[in-house]
Amino acid sequence: MSEVQELIVNMGPQHPSTHGVLRLIVHLDGEVVTRVIPDLGYLHRGLEKLAENKTYAQFLPVTDRLDYLAAISNNLAYCLAVEKLLGLDVPKRASYIRVILAELTRIVSHLVWLATHALDLGAFTPFLYCFRERELLLDIFEMYCGSRLTTTAFRIGGVPKDIDSQIKQKIEEFVKIFPSKMNEYEALLTNNKIWLERTMNVGIISAEDAINYSLSGPCVRGSGVEWDIRRAEPYCVYNELDFDIPTGRGVGDTYDRYLVRLEEMRQSNRMIKQAFEKMPEGNLMADDPRVVPPTRDNVQTRIESLIHHFHIMAEGFNPPVGEVYQAIEAPKGELGFYIISDGSPKPYRMKIRVPSFANLQAIEKMCENGMMLADVVAIIGTLDIVLGEIDR
Amino acid sequence: MQLLFDTQQLVNNIQHWLAGTCELYHLPPCLVVTCIAIAVALALIGGFISVNAMMVVLAERKIAGYMQDRLGPMRVGPYGILQTAADAVKLLLKENIVPKIADKWVFFLAPVVVMSPAVMAYVVLPWSPGLIVCDLNLGVVYLMAVGSIGVIGIIMAGWSSGNKYSLLGGIRSSAQIVSYELAMSLAVIGVLMLAGSLKMSDIIGAQQDCWYIIKQPLAFILFIIAATAECNRAPFDLPEAESELIAGFHTEYGGIKFAMFFLAEYANMFVASAVCATLFLGGWNGIPGLPMILPPIVWFLLKTYLIVFLFIWFRWTYPRIRVDQLMGFGWKVLLPLAFLNIGLTGLVMVLI
Amino acid sequence: MKLLADYMWVVLFMGLGMLFVFGGYITSWLIRPSKPSSKKLFTYECGEVPVGSSWVQFNIRYYLFALIFVIFDVEVAFLFPWAVVFKELGLVAFVEMMIFMAILLVGLLYAWRKGILKWM
Repeated sequence: MSEVQELIVNMGPQHPSTHGVLRLIVHLDGEVVTRVIPDLGYLHRGLEKLAENKTYAQFLPVTDRLDYLAAISNNLAYCLAVEKLLGLDVPKRASYIRVILAELTRIVSHLVWLATHALDLGAFTPFLYCFRERELLLDIFEMYCGSRLTTTAFRIGGVPKDIDSQIKQKIEEFVKIFPSKMNEYEALLTNNKIWLERTMNVGIISAEDAINYSLSGPCVRGSGVEWDIRRAEPYCVYNELDFDIPTGRGVGDTYDRYLVRLEEMRQSNRMIKQAFEKMPEGNLMADDPRVVPPTRDNVQTRIESLIHHFHIMAEGFNPPVGEVYQAIEAPKGELGFYIISDGSPKPYRMKIRVPSFANLQAIEKMCENGMMLADVVAIIGTLDIVLGEIDR
Repeated sequence: MQLLFDTQQLVNNIQHWLAGTCELYHLPPCLVVTCIAIAVALALIGGFISVNAMMVVLAERKIAGYMQDRLGPMRVGPYGILQTAADAVKLLLKENIVPKIADKWVFFLAPVVVMSPAVMAYVVLPWSPGLIVCDLNLGVVYLMAVGSIGVIGIIMAGWSSGNKYSLLGGIRSSAQIVSYELAMSLAVIGVLMLAGSLKMSDIIGAQQDCWYIIKQPLAFILFIIAATAECNRAPFDLPEAESELIAGFHTEYGGIKFAMFFLAEYANMFVASAVCATLFLGGWNGIPGLPMILPPIVWFLLKTYLIVFLFIWFRWTYPRIRVDQLMGFGWKVLLPLAFLNIGLTGLVMVLI
Repeated sequence: MKLLADYMWVVLFMGLGMLFVFGGYITSWLIRPSKPSSKKLFTYECGEVPVGSSWVQFNIRYYLFALIFVIFDVEVAFLFPWAVVFKELGLVAFVEMMIFMAILLVGLLYAWRKGILKWM
């Protein structure tokens, strides 16, 4: 018998379903995958090094470029980390606004995930349905902060703008129609025989492995681990909101993660509704003149305020010497900023703990047990990676 | 009207007219004249095939658009009706790129092997009484035979490209044909038992009182599924699976060569629909028991496009099946069901 | 003679199909630009230089399927003439064909049980 060789195939960086510029080196025996080696770095921009040369406020817009599908979550994590370093108290109303926008972002991110995941498995129509709803949300973001994708929605110390009645009305309209739209996606997928065949028992990872691989977000919850930073270490006002943590059927396969994310969208919807009910009146920015610039009216009428504004903008502020780590539950998992401050206006070192990077590690494990080439595509989809934050 | 659509008649008419012309110019008639007549007939059918394929492509894009809350192509011509024509021109103008390591001749000939059978199948399509290029006495068997040649072209394309994705696409294609060819043939056997003939016109004649979709519902479903697989249409579009294999067997094909694969796919889809309409929906017959309001050719086209619509509907509704599931489904579900259908049909026929 | 004339159409249509393709090739050849470069002539592998040849010997995994396919395709070839004259022959033909089919189906069942009908 002659020797049977393996076929080595490059998947990516230019491949329709590697979600950006991920490169996978896939060893194939027929169509069965024997080994998968991820190769990263095609989108490396050196964001962490960049942070060392920017003041704290200047780095905020750069965080938009991490997970560009959920820019508001990145903004939130960064602002919270810097606020923790400064020991700043953010007003209640600002926190509620942050939670509302962060949950809307979660829905946006999950919509993109559902759209592309379905597309990877060959279902084209859910893709366009999801983008239809995403459009509504991006319009809301645009109304709030003037930009759709790279939002820079928050400021260190609070939020720059209130949710006015117009935006509120838009969000409430969305919250009302969204569950019925979810039913539309589910009608096409959840009980579809082919969808079940393609997602069930594909990319299984046990709860133990998920924890060992340091997975987070829907990837770890899909394996049945009830781990959610919003519940475990509440930030903002999540401890005042009522929500469930979905954990799927407990198999840890692609279908479980699909169910978890769908349910998360419903829970986010529910949280936004609650947040509007509980939102108090109050200030939008913290009361700390070292960090928070004076209002525009003052800057334009009083010379002291103008000088003050100029100081903060040009020189930044000097946080205390120390180290902080602040993580949030981003749509894709635990997003954390680890900042070391030497007391200067620029961080001494910043490390960004991104969810996609840790989640991607599991791809080799998930592709074991005779997964096929088509399953690799499903697994990339279910991990919901964004190369912007993996390569940083 | 009838005259215009009757190819045999048309050939005769043109022959007649040409004979007159030849006499006028003192040319030797017969052979030259016949050849020209046939050429004209072929040109007409060739024109129909390409224009029809373009229309189906446009229909697909438009229907997909409306199914997905969008409009589809709108820019070229009113409501975008010239979009496919523009695409065709664009593809004609594309540079010819043959990979360095490709097997040049096989690469060059693959589109021919895919396209020819698609055109050959049009020989037996029964448009309306008397309007059929050639009512072969082996009609159905001929269709089955011609229908499975195309896959050789796909394997040729996949292998000769020297690209791993193409190779995988080609292999998938052959795996698919191996699994679904049987189910398709066996589903047709049920119809043949009832009709007692392989001729297309006889099968249609036998359906004057009752379409076979009523007598053979299982066979109809099996046939539709198998036909979808044979045409490489979603959810069985594994050989090209764009999200897995980039473009599968035609990854390395561009320009006019790609256009040929594309045209063949839609020509094949039309043939499969026409065959389905003939075997199960009564072909050119009207609805039994009702007066025949429309001319037969309109009935035939109506039913064919209905099935085409069904194919398009499938494509935009279902995710893609995986290759092992495809084989499993073909062998463990469709094949036994097809045998069951033959057994049941025979039993009922013997008892009644 | 009639038969021959009939199949002349088949040959003609095959010619038509070829004409389609070659006509397209020639038209395109006349009007298209040509600016070859060595980079263009690589096979496409997601923007990376291909690793190894694609013509390696590897397990295509459905060899046994193909074998069973041949068996059943021959059976189908027997079934076509049987189906056409089935009405005239009646019960005897039915029983005979059922026996024939049963034998083959037992074979299929055996293959199934042996786990051959699985993408290994």
